Amino acid sequence: MSVVPVSYYLVLSAILFGLGVVAFVFKRNIITIFMAIELMLNAVNLAFVAFARAWNQLDGLVFVFFVIVVAAAEAAVGLAIVITVYQNRQSLNIERVNLLKF
Amino acid sequence: MPILNHLWIILSLPLAGAAINGLFGKNWAKIAVNSVGIGSVSLAFLSVLEAIREFSLLPAGQVSFFRNYFNWIVAGSFKVDFALQMDHLTIVMLLVVTFVSLLVHIYSTGYMAHEDGYYRFFAYMNLFVFFMLTLVLAANIVLMFVGWEGVGLCSYLLIGFWFLKQSAISAGKKAFIATRIGDFGFTIGILLLFWTFSSVDFGTVFAKAANMPAESATQAGVLTWICLLLFAGAIGKSAQLPLYVWLPDAMEGPTPVSALIHAATMVTAGVYMVARMHPLFSRAPIAMFVVAAVGAVTAFYAATIALVQTDIKKVLAYSTVSQLGYMFLGCGVGAYAAGIFHLMTHAFFKGLLFLAAGSVIHAMGGEQDMRLMGGLRKKIPVTYWTMFIATLAIAGIPGFAGFFSKDEILDAAGSGTNAHITLWLLGLVAAGLTSFYMFRLIFLTFFGKERFDEHKAHVHESPKNMTVPLMILAFFSIVGGWFAAPHLMGGADYFEAFLHPVFAAYGVQSGIEQGASLAGAAGEAGGISPSPAMELFHALTGPPVILAIIGLLVAWWFYIRRPDAPKKLAERMRGLYTLLLNKYYVDEVYATLFIRPFLWISTNVLWHGVDERVIDGTVNGVARVAREAGGQARELQSGNARSYATWVVIGAVGFTVLMLGVWGMVR
Repeated sequence: MSVVPVSYYLVLSAILFGLGVVAFVFKRNIITIFMAIELMLNAVNLAFVAFARAWNQLDGLVFVFFVIVVAAAEAAVGLAIVITVYQNRQSLNIERVNLLKF
Repeated sequence: MPILNHLWIILSLPLAGAAINGLFGKNWAKIAVNSVGIGSVSLAFLSVLEAIREFSLLPAGQVSFFRNYFNWIVAGSFKVDFALQMDHLTIVMLLVVTFVSLLVHIYSTGYMAHEDGYYRFFAYMNLFVFFMLTLVLAANIVLMFVGWEGVGLCSYLLIGFWFLKQSAISAGKKAFIATRIGDFGFTIGILLLFWTFSSVDFGTVFAKAANMPAESATQAGVLTWICLLLFAGAIGKSAQLPLYVWLPDAMEGPTPVSALIHAATMVTAGVYMVARMHPLFSRAPIAMFVVAAVGAVTAFYAATIALVQTDIKKVLAYSTVSQLGYMFLGCGVGAYAAGIFHLMTHAFFKGLLFLAAGSVIHAMGGEQDMRLMGGLRKKIPVTYWTMFIATLAIAGIPGFAGFFSKDEILDAAGSGTNAHITLWLLGLVAAGLTSFYMFRLIFLTFFGKERFDEHKAHVHESPKNMTVPLMILAFFSIVGGWFAAPHLMGGADYFEAFLHPVFAAYGVQSGIEQGASLAGAAGEAGGISPSPAMELFHALTGPPVILAIIGLLVAWWFYIRRPDAPKKLAERMRGLYTLLLNKYYVDEVYATLFIRPFLWISTNVLWHGVDERVIDGTVNGVARVAREAGGQARELQSGNARSYATWVVIGAVGFTVLMLGVWGMVR
């Protein structure tokens, strides 16, 4: 069974990350933006895992665990914020959250 | 030797007194303020006596006692120590300063009894004593300058003691600013001194100067410049031409202040400084000539103004300027000892004159105009007699202190080294004028008709704490000059013999500075020694004495015999009279020449131009640039989360490009 080269994973990771960025910038729904952030995190995770496998090092795997933990905490806090925003604005449109400015 | 090894104790006593009274004395009873104020000065006086006793036990060859307490300023090769020294010159000054201060403090408890800010007065007075002692004891010129400025500060504070009175505030400022002009020269002099000798320490400087030849009388060298610049400071501090204008105005202060600061001690600091720097001055003939000329001209000039003044304190103020001129004349012709001698006797009789004038003012309920006095002789006999003794002393009547010292100065001006007939004549005429205006003061104040309203004035003799200092000073105004009595008979004078070690230590090889002072000894060496009786006869019938008596008689003629004569004379010589009455219009000339242009430049150029346009403009301009830039930049904070997201992405991309492309972090 032939080994899939590491560049394949990296290209996939880059594509996923790019999709996340595009969604992050252009989407208006907060939940969607949130998902875009998760997508970017997981794209990076994929790259870490691929490198860890390629070099036979554990560091990348440990990093991934940290990212997953942080992402879980972020999801908890982020979703709470999203609910509060919805209660206050009756909407999930990010454009409606714009009071903190000059 | 407990005190001599710790000379700083003498300084710290009045400083502690000033601190205690100034910080805590506000709500204290007078008796507590008195005990701190007088106590500290009397302790200082006693420690001075003890220090002198210990000094006399030193080995005979030791000219001065030096102690370094700590390094004050060290910057590269520039080093200033907090070092004090004591020699015979210091001893004379210490005695005069602490003794007269003590008497004036006691007197003030009576004179200032009804004034607000009683504690403040004593705190300032003690502070003054501290700075004056610093000036006198300092062993280097920078520390001396600290005392020099400190006494100026206290002078300012005390002239403006009644700070609700506009004229007092202005007089204080005038004193401070006028002396500051002189101090400008003094500071440059210090710099030049350090530049020349690489030291500011008196001992080092003098030792180096002693190896230098005397400069020529036609070309100014570096010593001449140092001396002239230092003398500029003395001109300001000791109220000589052309910076004397502040001293008459300084009479706005309380009278004890005039007695202590503006007659007995502070204004003589310049004379002390010249005497202290004698190794330099003696080697700078041009500077010496300037000192003598300024002194002689001032002695004459101020005496002429004093002739017509009507304010009792103003007469004494101009008289002080004139007498200070004598001291400089003495120093300028090389008779430093005579100058210092006159400083001492002057401290006694002029301090007494001011205190007695204060007693007169006190008796008259604040009146200072002599035209509204008269006939006070019977009503305030103690004041009258003490003031009369002081007048005899200042007029140079034989037997009283002023006679001896003035005689020595005139003697040196006429026959000593650097002597000149013009200097002698100026001094001589000034002596006659002095006698006239002083007896005029006495006759106007104490004799003749009573020209005041007895019911309103309620004339009364001053309390004991004021009259006793008067009597003590009167005693010294008589005997204070007797140290010099043998001089009259052609012998060596005790006072000069006492100061001789100081002035001989760094003498010029040819002995230029002692030429005048030890004239008697020189006479003996030369083999032409007139008999003591002849010398005495000459001294007692010399021109100064004759002129003093003529002054007395003229004053008597004008103000006792024919009281209407002065008015007629004033009518006849209207121009001269108005000129003198208006003090030669010097204040007006200064106002036109210096003050008004200066004010104009300050207002229009420095204030409206430099300050408002340049400085304020720069500061405001910088602020405006920051504000405008911030106004532009804050637009970024739109509140739109998607635009923030865009910025984050742009930042990340930009950073990546930077890392990969520009910094080349790709392997």
